[in-house]
Amino acid sequence: MVALMGVMKRVSLIFKSKANKALDRMEDPRETLDYSYQTQLELLQKVRRGVADVATSRKRIELQINQLQQQSDKLDRQARDALAAGREDLARDALTRKAGVQGQVTDLTTQYTSLQGEEEKLTGASQRLQAKVENFRTRKETIKATYTAAEAQTRINEAFTGISEEMGDVGMAIQRAEDKTEQMKARAGAIDELMASGALDDMVSGPRDDIQLELDRMGAGHDVDAELARLKGELGQGSAPRQIEPAAAGATDGQPAQVTRPVDTRSTDARAADQPQAGEGP
Amino acid sequence: MIVRILGEGQVEVDDSAAEELNDLDSKLEAAVEHDDEADFRPALDALLARIRSIGRPLPPDALAPSELIIPQEGATMAEVQKLLTDDGLIPG
Repeated sequence: MVALMGVMKRVSLIFKSKANKALDRMEDPRETLDYSYQTQLELLQKVRRGVADVATSRKRIELQINQLQQQSDKLDRQARDALAAGREDLARDALTRKAGVQGQVTDLTTQYTSLQGEEEKLTGASQRLQAKVENFRTRKETIKATYTAAEAQTRINEAFTGISEEMGDVGMAIQRAEDKTEQMKARAGAIDELMASGALDDMVSGPRDDIQLELDRMGAGHDVDAELARLKGELGQGSAPRQIEPAAAGATDGQPAQVTRPVDTRSTDARAADQPQAGEGP
Repeated sequence: MIVRILGEGQVEVDDSAAEELNDLDSKLEAAVEHDDEADFRPALDALLARIRSIGRPLPPDALAPSELIIPQEGATMAEVQKLLTDDGLIPG
């Protein structure tokens, strides 16, 4: 049974006991210093790679969030277009798919924030370790130059225990970051695969984007109506455009402009030809 | 005294705070010993919050060993339990 001395004291003692065991294994204190310094440099490299790995993973998630957000925006536009055209069924369909995509975005954003935190922590750990390694190197040279047995041993022990505590801490931080990055990679890979296979596209907008197909078909219908109106206008059948105007105006905010556009785009000759007619009255 | 927050670095805490920190720590230790997940999280969070608020960060190049070491924020009970075993989480 462990005496109750508090979690913090116990963890500290375990760190110290690790350092002491490592020290005991070394026969020549100077060898300890050099060996430890090499290990520190290796760990420094490792923590820097760790920062880069987390950053890569974070950027990948960011890219996926952007892609999904674009899908979501597209579905939102489609829902508006569909509703403006009086197709509530299509709008509902689009919004349902949008909710699914938005759910993924929310989930990925949480992961993104978590990775961002991990990256910040690891960057901090890397900077602290670098400062400590530099300090250790200076001390190492001083100790080696003034090496006089017992006194030097004490100073070596202190520096070694201090740095090995840091190294233990950083080592665990790297491990945690690696675990998290691995999980993220698996998730990101799964989403990438979905996107590549077109399955996510299907989920987002249906096979061949059926919502867009329907909207396009309706849109094409409007164009034909407008074209018809233009032709009728040119032939002097002035009442025709006014017949389709109410329906088209109700379509979307942008529609009324489209309806009047055929009139505007006519050649100046055609418009000039209209003038006297308008003046005389039909 | 020097306290290390795992994953965050070392801070200097006045010795006069020892008793208060011990009280908070004993709650954490009890939770860990009794596998009490409900008490564990608030105990760890309270201890971390207190140390952060009273601790003054040590310069990054400091090489002094810490008298107390507290598990990182968000550590799970299993991680802390493993940390407390000699051949647990600490590498090396």
